[in-house]
Amino acid sequence: MKISRRQFLFTAAASLGAAGIAAAAGKNDVDKLHEARYYKKLPQRKIECELCPRRCVIDDMERGYCGVRENHGGVYYSLVYGQVCSANIDPIEKKPLFHFLPGAKAFSIATVGCNVMCKFCQNWEISQANVDQVKSMELLPAQTAAIAKDRRCEVIAYTYTEPVVFTEYMYDCAVEGRKAGVRSVMISNGYINAQPMKDLCNVLDAVKIDLKAFNERFYRELVAGELKPVLDTLVLLKKQKMWTEIVYLVIPGQNDDPGELREMCTWIKNDLGPETPVHFSRFHPQYRLTNIPATPLEVLRKARRIGLECGLYYVYTGNVPGDEGESTYCPNCGAVVIKRFGFSVLSRALKDGRCVACGRAIAGVWS
Amino acid sequence: MKRRDFLKSLSAAGLVGFSSSVPAEAVGESPQMRGRVVMVQRPGIVDAQERADAVKLANMLDAAVERLFEEKADKIWRTLFSPRDVVGLKVNCLAGRGLSTRTELTQAVVDRLTKAGVPHEQIIIWDRRDRDLQRAGYTLNSGKGVQCCGNDRAGFTEHVYEFGAAASQLSLTLMRCTAVINLPILKDHGIVGMSGALKNFFGAVNNPNKYHMNCGDPFVADVACLPPIRQKVRLTICDALTAQYEGGPPFMPEYTWRLESLLVAVDMAALDRIAWQMIDEKRRQVGLPTLEKAGRKPTYILTAGDAAHRLGETDPMKIEWIRI
Ligand code: SF4
Repeated sequence: MKISRRQFLFTAAASLGAAGIAAAAGKNDVDKLHEARYYKKLPQRKIECELCPRRCVIDDMERGYCGVRENHGGVYYSLVYGQVCSANIDPIEKKPLFHFLPGAKAFSIATVGCNVMCKFCQNWEISQANVDQVKSMELLPAQTAAIAKDRRCEVIAYTYTEPVVFTEYMYDCAVEGRKAGVRSVMISNGYINAQPMKDLCNVLDAVKIDLKAFNERFYRELVAGELKPVLDTLVLLKKQKMWTEIVYLVIPGQNDDPGELREMCTWIKNDLGPETPVHFSRFHPQYRLTNIPATPLEVLRKARRIGLECGLYYVYTGNVPGDEGESTYCPNCGAVVIKRFGFSVLSRALKDGRCVACGRAIAGVWS
Repeated sequence: MKRRDFLKSLSAAGLVGFSSSVPAEAVGESPQMRGRVVMVQRPGIVDAQERADAVKLANMLDAAVERLFEEKADKIWRTLFSPRDVVGLKVNCLAGRGLSTRTELTQAVVDRLTKAGVPHEQIIIWDRRDRDLQRAGYTLNSGKGVQCCGNDRAGFTEHVYEFGAAASQLSLTLMRCTAVINLPILKDHGIVGMSGALKNFFGAVNNPNKYHMNCGDPFVADVACLPPIRQKVRLTICDALTAQYEGGPPFMPEYTWRLESLLVAVDMAALDRIAWQMIDEKRRQVGLPTLEKAGRKPTYILTAGDAAHRLGETDPMKIEWIRI
């Protein structure tokens, strides 16, 4: 989902107007610093960031890999706290979260920055940008929650870029959201250390993780990250009983090997449970990966079949409006319990979280 | 061809001189200038208050370029730069006053460009951020006269330039320039080992933070190979009046030493190879481990010299290090 700056300003300004809160878009003020929560001080005014597995060691006046945290004299600061560069109201299905408040509206926000560098990023203009490059609007956590409530959004979604890098802001927004009766979901790459993730579990209501491949080579060459910490995050989320869905962007010739998909689905079933929804999503040529064609539908369907064969209950195809793989089926009787088209919910046969046809409980957060 | 014929060859080929177009071949790749580094040292150039004598510094600069090109200074500047060029002076100001490209050196360069006919408005002093330039003593200017501007004000290209592992949007100031003079400083760097000629171009990209892994190897070399950088850099003048052997990139006075030198080269890789040696030598003198033993060997310098990058000579045996 790409959001133009104009679209953002329009949406955010409308939202702010509705909430009666004054704010103005303008040049970033990087002097609005907010001390980072997860770091330790080292000699010679260096610091070590403890937020994500990179554990950047950063000299005075320098920024970490994500580009949105800066060392000032041995104190580490977030440069993007409350600095929202994209805001929109999306259906929750667009995140995608299919088993979490179907049809809910999500006030979706992002700041600049990301802690990986996927060659296929669809929002690279903001995720890979320098803080100085992108205009942002100041939205403090209480304002964010107020806008979400005012616009009748059940959820605040931290999305588009990588919310791990604005964790302090996400956390505080989620706290304010709870006070206002608005829930919070994190749409993330899962590249985060255990302690910050545990802390976030206290205030979040659901998480979607982009599992980008099931091998380290792909993570190293196309993501500039590592697979293992992402798997650790998924296991941690499971232990924390956080509602979690997985998206897997299928890139032809890169991460669509059937054997590897089978291995991954088996791991998900065994380590996270068969109730974990998995979305196999269609890739479109983007950013630095423009020489690879969009994923053929048959490849997505095959991936879905593999997931089902491995014993996963809820396996979807994504970015293919109208495909049968968009709907939720009861794992017991096969009835359609939620029928979707694109990001729209067309019908539900779900009552109190159970299949209307057979009464089987369908995993998820339904109310 | 002799080195002193280098300038003639450039003019004849229309690479520089009265052409304001971007040269098809990087000047830094010229075989005549490969591996040639001039170091001019003048003890006493910096006074007790850390001020440099501007006149003596300008003389140092002339002496260095004359020895590098084996030609008279005036002719060198006139041949390397034309009145139609827009010349970017890429200074290094991250560390603030004390360990940034001295304004006196930059002024000496401006004077020589002016004398060569480059109008003031076509000279742009530039670095990453306005505030870095100001902290180092530069006056921002986008009106009449010599321009001075950070990337945060100038902005970046929409296009992403790629070479090897590097993929960056480039400073619009760099894009506006037809020629660049690289004005780095010589200092230790806590992540990539050292910062000199090649590393200075992290200040030309939007995402330098992505390039510190693996001691900056191959990223530093890859960034220097991004075509608009590679094709525009015509000369490197490294301000090593005050150098720092530990604790960089920030200014840590306790780890600086008065080298009172300028290092001048067309070959950025060779200059960095010499600078690396000098930092290691200083570290040995004060009882610190070499950069390699400290776990931050700047291998990106060696990578810059490999067949994929061809940025210059990195074999110390083949580098002609001329000290005057
Ligand atoms: S959050 Fe940013 S600064 Fe911290 S370790 Fe990760 S990439 Fe580095």
